[in-house]
Amino acid sequence: MSRPKNQNYKSHGSSKGKEREQRASIRFKTTLMNTLTDVLRNRPGWVEVKDEGEWDFYWCDVSWLRENFDHTYMDDHVRISHFRNHYELTRKNYMVKNLKRFRRQLEREAGKLEAAKCDFFPKTFEMPCEYHLFVEEFRKHPGITWIMKPVARSQGKGIFLFRRLKDIMDWRKGTAGKKFTSLEAQPVRAAAATANPSGTHDARSSDDQKDELPVENYVAQRYIENPYLIGDGYKALPWCQPWPGPCCPLLSWRLHPGGVDSTKPETCRNPGRKFDLRVYVLVMSYLPLRAWLYRDGFARFSNTRFTLSSIDDQYVHLTNVAVQKTSPDYHPNKGCKWMLQRFRQYLASKHSPQVVETLFSDMDNIFIKSLQSVQKVIISDKHCFELYGYDILIDQDLKPWLLEVNASPSLTASSQEDYELKTCLLEDTLHVVDMEARLTGKEKRVGGFDLMWNDGPVSREEGAPDLPGMGNFVTNTHLGMQARWEEAPGGAGGIWHYTVIEFNLQLSSCVILGKD
Amino acid sequence: MLQEESDLSLIIAQIVQKLKGSNLYAQLERQAWASLQRPEIRLESLKEDIKEFFKITGWEKKLQNAVYSELNVYPLPRHPAAPPEHLKEPLVYMRKAQGSWEKRILKSLNSMCTELSIPLARKRPVGQQKELLNKWNEMGTDEPDLSLFRPVYAPKDFLEVLINLRNPNYENGDSLSFRTHLGLIQVPLKVKDIPELKECFVELGLNTGQLGIDDSTQVPPELFENEHVRIGQKVLAEQDSAAAQQYIRQGSPTALRAELWALILNISSQPEDILYYEQLKTNVIQHDLLVDSLIYKDVKLTASNDDYYFVFEDYLYQVLLCFSRDTSVLGHFAYNSASPPKSYIRGKLGLEEYAVFYPPNGVIPFHGFSMYVAPLCFLYHEPYKLYQTFREMYVRFFFRLHSISSHPSGIVSLCLLFETLLQTYLPQLFYHLREIGAQPLRISFKWMVRAFSGYLATDQLLLLWDRILGYNSLEILAVLAAAVFAFRAVNLMEVTSLAAAEAVLADLSTLKVMPLLQIFLFATVT
Repeated sequence: MSRPKNQNYKSHGSSKGKEREQRASIRFKTTLMNTLTDVLRNRPGWVEVKDEGEWDFYWCDVSWLRENFDHTYMDDHVRISHFRNHYELTRKNYMVKNLKRFRRQLEREAGKLEAAKCDFFPKTFEMPCEYHLFVEEFRKHPGITWIMKPVARSQGKGIFLFRRLKDIMDWRKGTAGKKFTSLEAQPVRAAAATANPSGTHDARSSDDQKDELPVENYVAQRYIENPYLIGDGYKALPWCQPWPGPCCPLLSWRLHPGGVDSTKPETCRNPGRKFDLRVYVLVMSYLPLRAWLYRDGFARFSNTRFTLSSIDDQYVHLTNVAVQKTSPDYHPNKGCKWMLQRFRQYLASKHSPQVVETLFSDMDNIFIKSLQSVQKVIISDKHCFELYGYDILIDQDLKPWLLEVNASPSLTASSQEDYELKTCLLEDTLHVVDMEARLTGKEKRVGGFDLMWNDGPVSREEGAPDLPGMGNFVTNTHLGMQARWEEAPGGAGGIWHYTVIEFNLQLSSCVILGKD
Repeated sequence: MLQEESDLSLIIAQIVQKLKGSNLYAQLERQAWASLQRPEIRLESLKEDIKEFFKITGWEKKLQNAVYSELNVYPLPRHPAAPPEHLKEPLVYMRKAQGSWEKRILKSLNSMCTELSIPLARKRPVGQQKELLNKWNEMGTDEPDLSLFRPVYAPKDFLEVLINLRNPNYENGDSLSFRTHLGLIQVPLKVKDIPELKECFVELGLNTGQLGIDDSTQVPPELFENEHVRIGQKVLAEQDSAAAQQYIRQGSPTALRAELWALILNISSQPEDILYYEQLKTNVIQHDLLVDSLIYKDVKLTASNDDYYFVFEDYLYQVLLCFSRDTSVLGHFAYNSASPPKSYIRGKLGLEEYAVFYPPNGVIPFHGFSMYVAPLCFLYHEPYKLYQTFREMYVRFFFRLHSISSHPSGIVSLCLLFETLLQTYLPQLFYHLREIGAQPLRISFKWMVRAFSGYLATDQLLLLWDRILGYNSLEILAVLAAAVFAFRAVNLMEVTSLAAAEAVLADLSTLKVMPLLQIFLFATVT
């Protein structure tokens, strides 16, 4: 066992006389107060460590990581919940930089076709350093909408939309006197953190700037103007005028069988609810890349109806629950989320199975390509694992777009259903992290997690070679499919295999129905 | 034999009569005229040639579907001497009970009108019309103050009425038999027992492939699913609604469901249908009805708060408001025991020539009404298609769930079927629940009235409604309700109060309906 090299180094995981294999309990530490604490505390054999105590497992927040990681010694078995430089993927400007570089590399090595598979993020410029490139692009395509996002904040803070260069000039002037803004921003965050202890994690995840930047960096991103909408009304009859008579609308409908007449102003566009998807990906190692995809997740809906004519109304455009909660007509008991299963099922009833299949495999591609883009940059460390929250937007052509990746996805539950999802997610994460050393290492599925990449694609078929050859290779991903126990799975025709497990929360008794 | 033949000719006459007034008839006539220009139509064999022409152009199929649809919806013709109300409901005491229930509903509606001093209907000022038109697609964003409105009635009020239903010709006064005393429903109606149900739902048997069972991830799709989907596509290509109805008994593949249902319900989406929907919409824009507020209130109370359906709030208004204006719905009162309420123009009370039906479609919504529409939003994108499907579903099935009748799919029969099934096959459970004051029907009634909408997960609900369409019957609802009790029987046997029993059955969203139905119908020892 190696000694700390320096007195300032703190060491973790030293076994104090006991053999490591015979550890009676796993000492964990966490700074978060939410579902995570419930899960960790309820895990058999795990004990909580407070303050400066020794730990084997630390679910830390990214600010702790920044300050302490380099001064911490960790034993082999110790696990920590972030990679040292996770921001390469989770900060908006770095993510784009890495993706762009990876795309160039692919183009050189594998050709244009392969490189095109990386085209899943909207055109993005880093501000202010790429300002001139941006202006050039802006002038090339007048009239489109852009979105400005601060690179290191989350939960929709500081985001605005614009269509005229003048708006951004004003903003730029504002950032010149930047000291003012950053001074002001600090107490606001602190206040948010004290007001909502369970939300601290999310609030802090934002400010993991590795060095204090004099100017807050932004990215200017092309705004996706044709998001897929759910619950939208009228495609067949475009009109804005009050009903003029029985035949006119029909006539105009016949004239534009394609649906929405693009020459009409945007008020004609049919509103519906905009949403984005939150998908969880667990990375256990970058070298070799080993990533798991969680089956569950959710679609977050904007509460107001979508139309581009009101670009100032951020409630329409941002689907973050954090933003939606402050919306004036937010109803706490009115759902704003759909579980992924429900979303997949909705798509399946509206589109052909092939279309849905393509969408989900395009999403798989996003996860893999984005991870590969940072594979060589991120400092791989066997102590580290990370649970990412991917934000995906889908457009009307059913193409998925990567909006951003979060290193600290919110683990605070907004409803009972959400609580169940997050508890299961965390439990399964701990199963995969496997502090108890129960896994064989050959598992393709652990709880709701499916092994998606293991130094190469993983096949869904049992025993099939994990190589995408000429055969019908199906990747081992099941996004939006049943993750948890089904109640009463059926037998095939007359064959009876009923091992029905029913959980009744009210009675907390478990019934097993046997049938032969 | 002679009797049968005359019955048949009566049926044919009735259907011909019905179809003569339809759009299809006019279209067929037009097609026939147009066909005369064609070289293959010859004068000497005119009749045969036109028949052949109809066959190859697909019009024969359309006619066939229309006839089939009539057969499904309308009851068989009665004895020529029977009065028309027998078609609505043959039993006098049922008719009377329905009548007095309607009076109560109207009274409640009227008193709300007076209390709030709101007219039943008024024309909207032009400004308001424009405003409504502009936000037609986002009516859900409107938050009118509806605190003073209350639903006219809720399923549990209706249950009280059913419990008090008695047959005056049926003496059960003093000599109470053990059995008549157990359940809440006290009217003698013929309901099916399990052997009869088995025979009726034979396609749900253990040896038949089922979507909802044999498409689960453990079963390789080659065994059943792939072939079933292929057949489904074939059925759709044939455009044969009888075949579709038979097919859907084994469940509909998700991607084909919208089209299959439309085919079974014989819904065409012709430009006329779109126009019709647009006209209804105009009516909504022009007139403000009191029932609109009831609809608003109901959607806000139910669907908007539902985890599955909240996204469809706007659709629900677009469908339900138009539905309330649709006078073609009045047609279903010919075979519905209910009658549309009448209202009189101000100052002309009681004068028949000034009477109008109110609301124009004759249906007063109750608490939970919008849940009949919500699941359909999963299937149809265009409001007019969604609307047509809902209207057909309503006039074929849903109306039976809130009117008092002796029909086998009527709510009274469903309640009785449910109670009888439980008493016969789970007597211990039934007795236990009854003893602790948790009559099973008090829990299951709301499920059946809403056809399980809002209680089951959507995919499961659609699988269930597949079977309603496939068998053209609502009896499956009562079977499922009993199956749910059977499935949770162990837990239910442990409870000691109504509240605890309700808690055990509060969440049905994890249930898989097809295995439950199969176990209950085909694996229960009888």
